[in-house]
Amino acid sequence: MSTSVLNNEAHSHEHHDSGSTTLFGFWLYLMTDCVLFASVFATYAVLFMNTAGGPSGHDIFELDYVLVETFALLFSSITYGFAMIGAQRGNKQVTLLWLAVTFILGAVFIGMEVNEFSHLIHEGFGPQRSAFLTAFFSLVGMHGLHVTAGLIWMAVLMLEVMNNGLQPRTVTRVGCLSLFWHFLDVVWICVFTVVYLMGAVS
Amino acid sequence: MFGKLTLDALPLHVPIVMGTLAVVAIIGLALVIAITKYKKWGYLWREWITSVDHKRLGIMYIILAQVMMLRGFADAIMMRTQLAVATNGAEGYLPPEHYDQIFTAHGVIMIIFMAMPFMIGLMNIVLPLQIGARDVAFPFLNNLSFWLAVAGALLVNISLAVGEFAKTGWIAYPPLSGINHSPGSGVDYYIWALQISGIGTTLTGVNFIATVLKMRAPGMKLMQMPIFTWACTWANILIVASFPILTGALAMLTLDRYLDFHFFTNDLGGNAMMYINLFWAWGHPEVYILVLPAFGIFSEVISTFSGKRLFGYTSMVVASGVISILGFIVWLHHFFTMGSSADVNAFFGVTTMIIAVPTGVKLFNWLFTMYKGRVQFRPPVLWTLGFMVTFTIGGMTGVLLSVPGADYVLHNSLFLIAHFHNTIIGGAVFGYMAGFAYWFPKAMGYKLDEKWGKRAFWFWQVGFYVAFMPLYVLGFLGMTRRMNHTDNPDWNMWLYIACAGAFIIGLGVVSQLIQLYVSYRDREKNRDVTGDPWNGHTLEWSTMSPPQFYNFAKDPVVSDIDAFTDMKEKGTAYQRPEKYKPIHMPRNTGAGFIMGMLLTACGFGLVWHIWWLVIVTFAATIVTYIKRCYDKDVDYYVQPDEIEKIEGEHLAAVETTLKA
Repeated sequence: MSTSVLNNEAHSHEHHDSGSTTLFGFWLYLMTDCVLFASVFATYAVLFMNTAGGPSGHDIFELDYVLVETFALLFSSITYGFAMIGAQRGNKQVTLLWLAVTFILGAVFIGMEVNEFSHLIHEGFGPQRSAFLTAFFSLVGMHGLHVTAGLIWMAVLMLEVMNNGLQPRTVTRVGCLSLFWHFLDVVWICVFTVVYLMGAVS
Repeated sequence: MFGKLTLDALPLHVPIVMGTLAVVAIIGLALVIAITKYKKWGYLWREWITSVDHKRLGIMYIILAQVMMLRGFADAIMMRTQLAVATNGAEGYLPPEHYDQIFTAHGVIMIIFMAMPFMIGLMNIVLPLQIGARDVAFPFLNNLSFWLAVAGALLVNISLAVGEFAKTGWIAYPPLSGINHSPGSGVDYYIWALQISGIGTTLTGVNFIATVLKMRAPGMKLMQMPIFTWACTWANILIVASFPILTGALAMLTLDRYLDFHFFTNDLGGNAMMYINLFWAWGHPEVYILVLPAFGIFSEVISTFSGKRLFGYTSMVVASGVISILGFIVWLHHFFTMGSSADVNAFFGVTTMIIAVPTGVKLFNWLFTMYKGRVQFRPPVLWTLGFMVTFTIGGMTGVLLSVPGADYVLHNSLFLIAHFHNTIIGGAVFGYMAGFAYWFPKAMGYKLDEKWGKRAFWFWQVGFYVAFMPLYVLGFLGMTRRMNHTDNPDWNMWLYIACAGAFIIGLGVVSQLIQLYVSYRDREKNRDVTGDPWNGHTLEWSTMSPPQFYNFAKDPVVSDIDAFTDMKEKGTAYQRPEKYKPIHMPRNTGAGFIMGMLLTACGFGLVWHIWWLVIVTFAATIVTYIKRCYDKDVDYYVQPDEIEKIEGEHLAAVETTLKA
């Protein structure tokens, strides 16, 4: 007991914004984000049958296309993992390289999603058509907005790594974005399953 | 250029609003002149607006809460006088479209911009001190949260001058709040005020959970945290788990209103009940967010002023936890009349009734804490005793309402209004008043005047019963909520009595303002030199009053729930360490304030569809944030000689007092 008390005292100077506290705080924030996604999922579950004479998921989903999109995002999680390893080893070039690859994969995902959306809207199946399409565009779009925010963050972070190198503060940030990115992957798996797979099958 | 905003949005033809605005403008101008005359702008900016010190942020939160309480209370007085005047078919002095905005604003302000900032303010001042921490986990985020709350409050107040506020009631149910039935700017003000401040609240929850889990003093186990800290921790868990639901629900309502989506519309498959479910999945936990910290305050007050350890600490912590969990599975009791099956209604009715059990445990714990104690009847204790009686009545009427069959009769009647004022005023507000009086000397350095404190309490207590007991009767007599005028002779007498009650509460509010003035005038006489005016139990009382800006020169080592009592008994309190070490402190920053103001402008642009303003201010917010992230000069060290000087003064004052 007494030794642990002493140890605590020794590092208490670094109380403010120390790396582990930041990561924990960010993880807590992600849990609030998770609740937000849960609310929209619940709404989707309530509304997805309400097609109001418009198309159902079965009519408009193209699983092949979404599968490619999905793999772009899933692979970006792996490449982010490589970037994270690079950051922890203090290797600036490796970190930047893998962050760039992740960025491209993320951008591919977003590009494909935007394309899918504009395609649907052109066919007259926009979010104004029915409650199902409202819920579909909102749920998938909210995930897309998160990924876009992640991309902006990634670009800023790459600049920071380029300019300042891998300071402890920067590595913590790479770690936070890593949590964010993997979290969005997990959410996407749920979106893919609940919205696309179950929608196309039913 | 200005979107939907035209000169018609100014309420030039409503004398009441123009009068209010004139008064606000005069007070504002007087403040500006005073600050300029005494050259305090720099001081305000450096020491307060940009401050990341949790104690200063706490004080600013409470100032915000009290200003908004005056506004919300003015709304209440207007409603009660309108209803007292508009009987027997008379129209009264408030036309329906104005009256509807007043009851909506009253609800929104009292819950979101009075009770929440008051609770968060007290938590800010006290919680880090209680766990022996130098600050919260993320000081800048704390500052940002505050300015987001201010941004929301500003939007609500701007709606008074430009446009209108929602006429939907504070819950803004669609389809009434949809674009077809509420085409004006009111619901948009409502949405963005709640959205911006709600995000601030979520960040506060994250911040304080990280604080209690990561920054407790050495030796302090979770089950040794002071009871107020525990109560706040449960509240923060509720914030983190429930506020995102509000964010989601409001975002969906926004999409319906702005982009013609169909979440909650009547046509094309929308489902308005979904909003109501989501709203209360946040709204019910929200009332526990308000009341749990108040429970914590009562626990601190009653044990301190009984001179005893709190009875049943563990059961208190567990009871708060049970209330928190149950608080998430009762939301449907707000709309039993939705028409769910009998089984569903029964489930939610029973879970609601069960909440009375842990709450009862708490009441008995407070009673047993007083048992054989030497209770001092100071204002904080009076508020606590008033709470114990009042809240019990409110709890019992809540159990009555939780019976679905009874609820079908009482739903949306004044019985319900009486019930929730009974619990929120008698529970949360009385608690904040007790906490305000209890911790005032800690935050400000001098005690509040007790004579005016007692007067305020009795006016509030008596006024509460006179104002709200008639509403129970009116509920039974069949009067529904949100009526603008009435035509039923049986109701008249009760409406008059309720109106008189509101004015008695008004005397309480005036007494509190006088109390603040008198206490400030006599501050030298009431100064708290030791920092421990009540012989307190917990670590906040071991600091100076007001506390040193770094809180603790040396991390306190904790081995008991009542850590400071333990130190005083062992003789280890007020020890001078051999030498002081430098203390790491965060620097103040203007980024939070700038982001808050930019988002206020962004919200205003969104309300009036001024898209260039939205884009510019939103982008500027992001850029400000990124710039802040790049800022390398974010901290500094307080040097030992400065610490030694401050600590020496405190210890000398304590020694003099203890000898005397």
